[in-house]
Amino acid sequence: MLYLSLLVLIPLSAVFIRSLSGGWGHFWEVVTAPRVLASLRLSFGASLIAALINVLFGLIVSWVLVRYTFPFKRFIDAMVDLPFALPTAVAGIALTALYAPNGWIGAWLKPMGINVAFTPLGIVVALTFIGLPFVVRTLQPVLEELDKEVEQAAASLGASAVQAFCRVIFPALWPALLTGFALAFARAVGEYGSVIFIAGNMPMRSEIAPLLIVSKLEQYDYAGATAIAVVMLVLSFALMFGINALQNWASSRHGER
Amino acid sequence: MGRLLLIVTALLFLCLFLVLPLLAVFAQALAKGFGAYFIAISQPMAWAAVKLTLLVAAIAVPLNLIFGVAAAWAVAKFDFRGKSALITLIDLPFAISPVIAGMIFILVFGTHGWFGGFLRAHHIRVVFAVPGIVLATIFVTFPFIARELIPVMQAQGKDDEETALSLGATGWQTFWRVTLPNIRWGLLYGVLLCNARAMGEFGAVSVVSGHIRGVTNTMPLHVEILYNEYNYSAAFAVASLLALLALLTLAGKSILEWRQPELRHAARRSRDRTRRANI
Repeated sequence: MLYLSLLVLIPLSAVFIRSLSGGWGHFWEVVTAPRVLASLRLSFGASLIAALINVLFGLIVSWVLVRYTFPFKRFIDAMVDLPFALPTAVAGIALTALYAPNGWIGAWLKPMGINVAFTPLGIVVALTFIGLPFVVRTLQPVLEELDKEVEQAAASLGASAVQAFCRVIFPALWPALLTGFALAFARAVGEYGSVIFIAGNMPMRSEIAPLLIVSKLEQYDYAGATAIAVVMLVLSFALMFGINALQNWASSRHGER
Repeated sequence: MGRLLLIVTALLFLCLFLVLPLLAVFAQALAKGFGAYFIAISQPMAWAAVKLTLLVAAIAVPLNLIFGVAAAWAVAKFDFRGKSALITLIDLPFAISPVIAGMIFILVFGTHGWFGGFLRAHHIRVVFAVPGIVLATIFVTFPFIARELIPVMQAQGKDDEETALSLGATGWQTFWRVTLPNIRWGLLYGVLLCNARAMGEFGAVSVVSGHIRGVTNTMPLHVEILYNEYNYSAAFAVASLLALLALLTLAGKSILEWRQPELRHAARRSRDRTRRANI
C-alpha cells in the first residue's frame, strides 16, 4: 500500500497542483489554444474510430478463434497478443515502413489517391494495431462460456442466423464488447510510441495530444504540459466512468431477464 | 459459406495488421544484407543501449515481482479496508498515458520539482539519468505481475497455508514451501509479460531519459534516434532484436498457457467476478 502510494498518488497529485501553478486564467488559456484543442480532438477522435474498428473486427476474430477450427489456429491465436509484446516504437516504424508511399501497402494505395502515412489516417491505423488484443481477449472468454445450445434452440424455433445473432448472442456479448471498446479506447488516447512515427506530426492536422505534452516538456513549459495532461486525464476518467455505469446498468438488466 | 467468409475476413485482417508489420521489421533490417545487419547491431552505441535496457529490466522486474506477490497476497488472502481502492490503484498505470507517467517523475524529481532542490544539493541525478528511467519503467510495469497473481491466489484460497501453519510451520516456511510452489506458473507468466513491457517501454522512458547517447538511451530510444537520422536499416536492425524478444515472449506465453490452461484469461475472469460482486 505504501509502495503504491509513493509511486502513484504523490506524483499524480503533482500533476494537478502544477497545472494550476500559473493560475486558472493561464490554465484556461493553454487548454483553449487552437493547437491544443485540435490535438485533443484528433487524439480522442482517432481513438474512437480505431476502437470502433477493433470492436467490429475483434468480434469477427474472436468468434472465428472460439467457434471454428482451421490450420495454424494456435499460432494465429498467439499472434493476437503481438501488439502487447512488441515495443510501441518498433510497431511505429514498421507500420510507417508499410504505409509510406514507397512501402508494401502504401505503394499499392497511392495510385488510388489514398495516403495513409503522415496523415490522420495513419494515426487510426497505428491505434487499431495497438487496441486489437484488448477487444479479442475480452470477448474470447465470454464467447467460450456462451452456450451453443441456446443458439441451436433459437435456430430450431425457426430463427435465422441473423435473428439468432441479434436476439441471442449480441445481448449476451455486449457488456464484454463495451469493456473491450473502453480498454482499446483508453489505451489509444494515451498512446505515443507507435503514433509519432506514422503521424507526420503537423500542428493542427496530425499532432496528437501526448506529443504536444512532450514538446511542451522539452521547452520546460511545465504549466502548459500539465494543463493538457489534466484535461486528458479528466476526459478519460469521465469516459471510463460513463462506460462503467452503462455496463453495470446493462449487466443488471441482462440479469433480470 | 458464412463460416468461410468469416474465417477469411479474420485472417486477412490479422495478416494486414499483425503479420505484415512483423515481416516488415525483419525485411527492412536485412534490406542491405546480413553483413550490414551485423555491423549495425554491433555498434558501440547499440551495445550501450542493449546493456542499459537489460540493466533497467534487471532492476524493475525483481522489484515489481516482490511488490506483485505482496499485493496479490494481501488482496487474495485477507480482507481489509481499502481493498477495492488497492485493486483500482494497481490498474492505474494502465489507464494513464505513458507520456503522463514519465512527466510526473519530472515534476517530482526534476530540477524545479518537489525534491529537485534536495537532489541537487546532494548531487543526485534522477531525471535525465538512469534512476529516472528505472523509476518510470517500474511505474508502467507494476500492474503486470500483481494482476496475473491475484486470480491464481484467489482460486487457491487459504486452506493450504492454514494447514501448514497448524502443523507448526513458520510464516516464511509456509511461504517458501506452500505458497510459492502453488503460484509458480502464474508468477512466471506475470514476469514474462512484465519483462517484455519493461524492455520495450518507449513513451514514459522517452520523457525522463534526456536522450544522451550511450548513457541514457535504451533500445527503443536508440531505434528512434537512428530512424530520425534516416539510418533506416540500422534502426530496423536494433528493432529486430526487440521484435525477437516479442516473439520469444509470445512463445513462452503460449507454452505456459498450454501447460496451465487456467492462466488463460485468468485476470479477465477475476475482474468480472469482482465487478459482479460489487453490484
